[in-house]
Amino acid sequence: MTKGSVDSLETFGLVDGPGIRTVVFLSGCRLRCKYCHNPEMWVKGKENYTPEELARKVLRNKPYFKRNSGGVTFSGGEPLLQSEFVIEVCKLLKKEGIHIALDTAGVGNCDYDEILSYVDLVLFDIKHVTPEGYKDLTGHEIDDSLKFIEAMNKSGVPVWIRQVIVPGLMDNDEYMKGLKDTIKKIKNVQKIEFLPYHKLGDEKYQKLGIVNPYQDKEAMDATYCQELYEKFMRMYYEGK
Amino acid sequence: MKEEWRGFKEGKWTTEINVRDFIQLNYRPYQDDEQFLASTTPKTKAVWDKCSDLLKEELKKHVLDIDTDHMSGINAYEAGYIDKDNEVIVGLQTDAPLKRIVNPYGGIRMVYQELEAYGYQLNPTVDKYFNEFRKTHNQGVFDAYTDEIKKARHVGLLTGLPDAYGRGRIIGDYRRVALYGIDFLMAEKKKDFEQLLGPMTNDLIQLREDVSMQYRALDEIKKMAAKYGYDISKPARNSKEAVQWTYFGYLAAVKENNGAAMSLGRVDAFLDIYITRDMEEGTLDEAGAQELIDQFIIKLRLVRHLRTPEYDELFSGDPTWVTCSIGGITEDTHTSMVTKTSYRILHTLTNLDPAPEPNMTVLWSEKLPESFKKYCAKMSINTDAIQYENDDVMRPIYGDDYAIACCVSAMREGKDMQFFGARCNLAKALLYSMNGGVDEVKGGLIVPGFEKMTDEVLDYNKVKESYFRMLEKVAEIYANAMNIIHYMHDKYAYEAGQMALHDTNVNRLMAYGVAGLSVVADSLSAIKYAKVKPIRNEEGIAVDFEIEGDFPKYGNDDDRVDSIAVEVLEKFSAELKKHPCYRDAHPTLSVLTITSNVVYGSKTGSTPDGRKAGIPFAPGANPMHGRDASGAIASLNSVAKINYGDCCRDGISNTFSIVPTTLGHTKEEQVENLVSLLDGYFIQGAHHLNVNVLNRETLIEAMEDPDKYPLLTIRVSGYAVRFNRLTRKQQEEVIARTFHEKI
Repeated sequence: MTKGSVDSLETFGLVDGPGIRTVVFLSGCRLRCKYCHNPEMWVKGKENYTPEELARKVLRNKPYFKRNSGGVTFSGGEPLLQSEFVIEVCKLLKKEGIHIALDTAGVGNCDYDEILSYVDLVLFDIKHVTPEGYKDLTGHEIDDSLKFIEAMNKSGVPVWIRQVIVPGLMDNDEYMKGLKDTIKKIKNVQKIEFLPYHKLGDEKYQKLGIVNPYQDKEAMDATYCQELYEKFMRMYYEGK
Repeated sequence: MKEEWRGFKEGKWTTEINVRDFIQLNYRPYQDDEQFLASTTPKTKAVWDKCSDLLKEELKKHVLDIDTDHMSGINAYEAGYIDKDNEVIVGLQTDAPLKRIVNPYGGIRMVYQELEAYGYQLNPTVDKYFNEFRKTHNQGVFDAYTDEIKKARHVGLLTGLPDAYGRGRIIGDYRRVALYGIDFLMAEKKKDFEQLLGPMTNDLIQLREDVSMQYRALDEIKKMAAKYGYDISKPARNSKEAVQWTYFGYLAAVKENNGAAMSLGRVDAFLDIYITRDMEEGTLDEAGAQELIDQFIIKLRLVRHLRTPEYDELFSGDPTWVTCSIGGITEDTHTSMVTKTSYRILHTLTNLDPAPEPNMTVLWSEKLPESFKKYCAKMSINTDAIQYENDDVMRPIYGDDYAIACCVSAMREGKDMQFFGARCNLAKALLYSMNGGVDEVKGGLIVPGFEKMTDEVLDYNKVKESYFRMLEKVAEIYANAMNIIHYMHDKYAYEAGQMALHDTNVNRLMAYGVAGLSVVADSLSAIKYAKVKPIRNEEGIAVDFEIEGDFPKYGNDDDRVDSIAVEVLEKFSAELKKHPCYRDAHPTLSVLTITSNVVYGSKTGSTPDGRKAGIPFAPGANPMHGRDASGAIASLNSVAKINYGDCCRDGISNTFSIVPTTLGHTKEEQVENLVSLLDGYFIQGAHHLNVNVLNRETLIEAMEDPDKYPLLTIRVSGYAVRFNRLTRKQQEEVIARTFHEKI
């Protein structure tokens, strides 16, 4: 039987999709984003859940999902790396009418049709818009991410775009233009979110004894980030 | 129909005392939002400004003033005012605002301690004659207490018992004064009295005496109101009188008694009927209606009782639990009972300022109007002053005219009363079951009949067997103590004024309580799923524990441990139910600590869950601080498993703190999510939730620099309190609690 490796569950997720969500953190990720705040999930851990066990945990929280399309969000790590397991859980949850979101950078095994057929919403993390920038930030080629965009467009799944804003990296006009062009290639975008880079993951690097590439990087100012976002949104709608 | 009842729909209520029937026939549900609300009038502002100054002065001195020449009583004091010309609703406990009453009937020794603490002395003549001629409740109790009860009380196995002060938790149906006027209520009591005939058994004699005292108390209420220039012998003719008459009923209660919790009841739909009629008659506008409510609430905020410093340590911040129950739905058609006046009452938190009293309690139902749910959530986020209780689990038991006394105790207005029983320390009982009944802190054999365990590693089945046997014994001691206390309280400190506003054949509830639930659940879980080695002293008493390995912890929606919490409560509840109760009361149980979790913790040794000696318990039914690591919902789900209807009918308190940004990015999102959270929690049959939306940093700052946040109000366990009125230790405990936040 397929078993999954779940790092942890957050039962009161309010910022990873609509409503109140149970967020499932699946461990294992190929990217090594410099700003990663979950480095403990890079390596896939022990397989500790059967699909039934995980579905049961999620369904315990069903009473909270009723209003505002709450539900489950598969996050990580990179949930696409455990797509077989996630699909099995999705099948069980769909029977109960649970809203399913997938929080992903789109870097998995390149076969996404089935998983996307179960998903009600993708929270797509853009990372970076140029091939060089992508490689520098994540240590990985941008191609996989582009393939995932194709798959999303084919499936017609609604998408929320998420962009982490790192000071000095994304807070410039050129990047914003590139971001707009990238997003325009994605169909069914319902929402765009800017997430200010924060330092709350730093402690984890110390604990794990991993070198933190952004050790000396300043956190993104939330107000400034909001200003950037508003400016971007104006540009985004102008161009539409 | 009487002229005062013009325009009301007739029913059973017109010929018998039946406030519920009056409400159901006449109230008008309100479905829309808060746009209609008005701000304070100049009169309210003038009165409140004066009060604010007095409150500041009181905070500095702790007690503003004490009347040492009189003894508590419904009509024992002259009329008092704050700002007579601007007061729309009048009446103070004594002849001056915030001047406290001396109430010696619960216990005179307590009064000496209280006066001494604040540099006062009792009037020598009063002192002399009281002692010469009166015996107190406290003296009565100690005449009858057994040695085992005294021991259990001394070590803190049983704590907070109302054996030296008023028991409280009784809600008179104060609305009766407004709807019927005193004369009708007196006539009805007289009728009841004339029918109390038959063989003169203890029970019948006692009831006849009670009713006679109630009759006289009603007359006293009338005389007290007359001092303020009001004749309340007839029903209220308009909304101003309805608020004023209701308040006189309540005021009589807090002049006569100093119970821990002196709750108001459920007045929103009732008063709304009068306000609506006045508005239709063109005699009142919205500003006027809000003025009545604001001024009523101001009066409730000024209620005080004289307490000892030790009492303050248990229950900080001068709480009076003027609990005000709001909302709910009807029993028959499940129609919302939210009215415009429900909004007006909550709106005082905006018009005056966020304050702990009255204890705003929303009776939540899934079927409450959406706009009201959102308004409550918004007010919670803004003020942290609201608690929520599940109407959908209480209504099937108590109907739709119940109210909450204190924090979580439901009772039908005018039909039920309760014998308050504080609580028993479940965690200490667990240590006793391993330590041969010897107290781990003070030493000495408290509960005989148990052997000291000598096992190197604790065995779950053995500990559980011994613990459950210990609970049987503790239940017996507890039941005996309660019966003695309430016998003596009725005898020496009977609440005639409050009981006069009840039916003569009242239903009584024996309200037992527990503390330390999460400590016990986690301790038993540790013994079952990890390896727990006791470290014993020379006497063989386990003073600490070594734990090897991990174990499931209460608060993570994990049945392995949550089921232990449920089982322990069911066992204790079943044991308590085996003992006969004074005056045929029905036993109930609460899981509630208020702020006393700090003191209970300090009196309890190290426990097998890894909690060290002296560390505070989690409050009420909360998971232990920081152990609920799977997010807020999992934490709520664990608490929601505790059965209200069959097991803990006196309430299951849960206090929940969340960081604003975790609740959502925008205010609208935060409101939506909080409503979803409340709906989700209560749909599962959970009972109570205190909601705090704040940052831990704010609290730390407020602790270091109290003047910066003078109004910061937080919900603790069943009541709200100004943060700056907590003791340092309690502040630290609140800060140590789990704040649900997301990285």
